[in-house]
Amino acid sequence: MTALLEVRDLHASYGTTRVLHGLSFGVLEGGVTTLLGGNGAGKTTTLRALCGMVLRTGEITFAGRSIAHLSTEDIARLGIAHVPDGRGTFVRLTVEENLELGAITRRDRNAIAQDVERVFGYFPILQKRRGQQAGTLSGGEQQMLAIGRALMLQPRLMLLDEPSFGLAPRLVRELFGILAALNKSEGVSLLVVEQNAALALDLADQAYLVETGRIVFSGAAREIREDEKIRRSYLGY
Amino acid sequence: MLESVPEPAVPDVLAPSLIGRNGLMLALLAVALLLPFVVQNFLIFQLTLVLVYAIAIIGLNLLTGFNGQFSLGHSAFYALGAYVAAMLMDKVDFPYPATLPVAGIACFVFGFLFGLPALRLEGVYLALATFALAVATPQILKLSPLEYWTGGVQGIVINKPDAPFGLPLTQDQWLYFFTLFVTVIMTVLAHNLVASRTGRAMMAIRDNPTAARSMGINIALYKSLTFGVSALYTGIAGALGAIVVQFVAPDSFTFLLSITLLVGLVVGGVGWIPGAFFGGAFVLFVPNFAESISKGLSGAVYGVMIILLIFVLPTGASGLVRAALQRLRAHKIQ
Ligand SMILES: Nc1ncnc2c1ncn2[C@@H]1O[C@H](COP(=O)(O)OP(=O)(O)OP(=O)(O)O)[C@@H](O)[C@H]1O
Ligand SMILES: [Mg+2]
Repeated sequence: MTALLEVRDLHASYGTTRVLHGLSFGVLEGGVTTLLGGNGAGKTTTLRALCGMVLRTGEITFAGRSIAHLSTEDIARLGIAHVPDGRGTFVRLTVEENLELGAITRRDRNAIAQDVERVFGYFPILQKRRGQQAGTLSGGEQQMLAIGRALMLQPRLMLLDEPSFGLAPRLVRELFGILAALNKSEGVSLLVVEQNAALALDLADQAYLVETGRIVFSGAAREIREDEKIRRSYLGY
Repeated sequence: MLESVPEPAVPDVLAPSLIGRNGLMLALLAVALLLPFVVQNFLIFQLTLVLVYAIAIIGLNLLTGFNGQFSLGHSAFYALGAYVAAMLMDKVDFPYPATLPVAGIACFVFGFLFGLPALRLEGVYLALATFALAVATPQILKLSPLEYWTGGVQGIVINKPDAPFGLPLTQDQWLYFFTLFVTVIMTVLAHNLVASRTGRAMMAIRDNPTAARSMGINIALYKSLTFGVSALYTGIAGALGAIVVQFVAPDSFTFLLSITLLVGLVVGGVGWIPGAFFGGAFVLFVPNFAESISKGLSGAVYGVMIILLIFVLPTGASGLVRAALQRLRAHKIQ
């Protein structure tokens, strides 16, 4: 497998506060990579840096092309869909309008309509709520909407920031099942940031542990899952 | 303030049917066409001004209600539109209808250019920057090097146009119809804009700029374009206002005019285009009414009325109309 996303020596800062100190990692074409780590480790910042939402330096290559100097919207147009933490739906627009906005860079009207139905196939609850204002959805429904909207971009890579946050355990398992299906059947590569390490390691093939803006361990997800010492010392389970 | 205009989640059955909505529109239009034949000339003049305000308020609504940018500077765009129209008629004998597109384009360019640096400003900071624009405008209009064009403190007087083609209409009636025609076009265009992809993108930026960028929306471009279009609307209103009032002078376009437009926006309903007509009527008639109650305290009476209205109708006329429509339909279904 070849690398879809390659990151080398990524630094990022908020104003004068440096938060990332040289991260290197990657996502394989068709693969799932997870970034794990405690609160404040810099996982959210890493995703923001990839999307050009914070000041960053370093090499970022997507599908063989450097994206380190592109703006957020241009990065999205290349096929990187970011599902930020805290969902970020368009609260006063309807579910359907939110989904259509996900496809705003596309021109193929018929395919867009089909994709809306496909998203409804993955998340039937959204179909029931299609005319409802996004801001009035429950937290879990908004999370699904945010993921569905990202899918409308027809992304090659999805960046997911704590998709399980605030969801009931049953929903979390269901959601990760859907993510696995998206990865398998649609061929979307995933970069998943998670607090729920057990779940993320089940989904991922590669894993990186982040601590205060540095990668302290990396390897195959299976290895980490089976290495009790690492689990104990870094992941706490 | 923006948070206070949730659109009620209307289930499909309650959505206004196309025929019902068009029927209502036609009925309103018919009333608007008949009005100038049944009321006094001065009232016709006032109704014309209501329409002028409505166009300006629609412009402000596109910016604030649909794109989430604040402006206390729309009096400047209104002034620019008014002066462009007045100068074209006064200095180069432009026919009055032809001044509208020129004023609109001038304001679009100015608004777009102003919107570019304003991109870096949010919320109260943007409000302050636009406030500065509003305060500076009357003073700039008074500058002596510009006096040949602007007429300085005296301003410019414009002739009132007669009805064309020998139509049997008074000047006031004709100006009313002319303004109504422009208003209908501008309202339909605004409605279509808001319903288009571009409109969606504008609202996405309002709701969540970061997520909008993540969808590939170039928010810098959309925000400046919205600023331009908003200024265009307000500039065309200014040009119409100049023609209707037959006079422009710097002190007609102070910061207070910006506030007037803002009051009209809030009273009509932020993020609801037809609200502009309620807002326009409010800002035109209610201050007069307040004055009729107490000459000395008219400002205070007006203020109290605004406060009462906001208490009773926190979402402006839009909330009232929506609730009424919902009731009507619920009634029909039973
Ligand atoms: N907008 C900001 N301005 C300044 N510092 C910030 C900002 N956002 C985050 N930080 C800091 O950057 C560091 C990393 O934050 P980040 O949000 O990336 O952590 P995280 O790994 O996502 O944590 P969590 O698991 O709690 O979400 C933290 O120390 C945080 O305080
Ligand atoms: Mg985080």
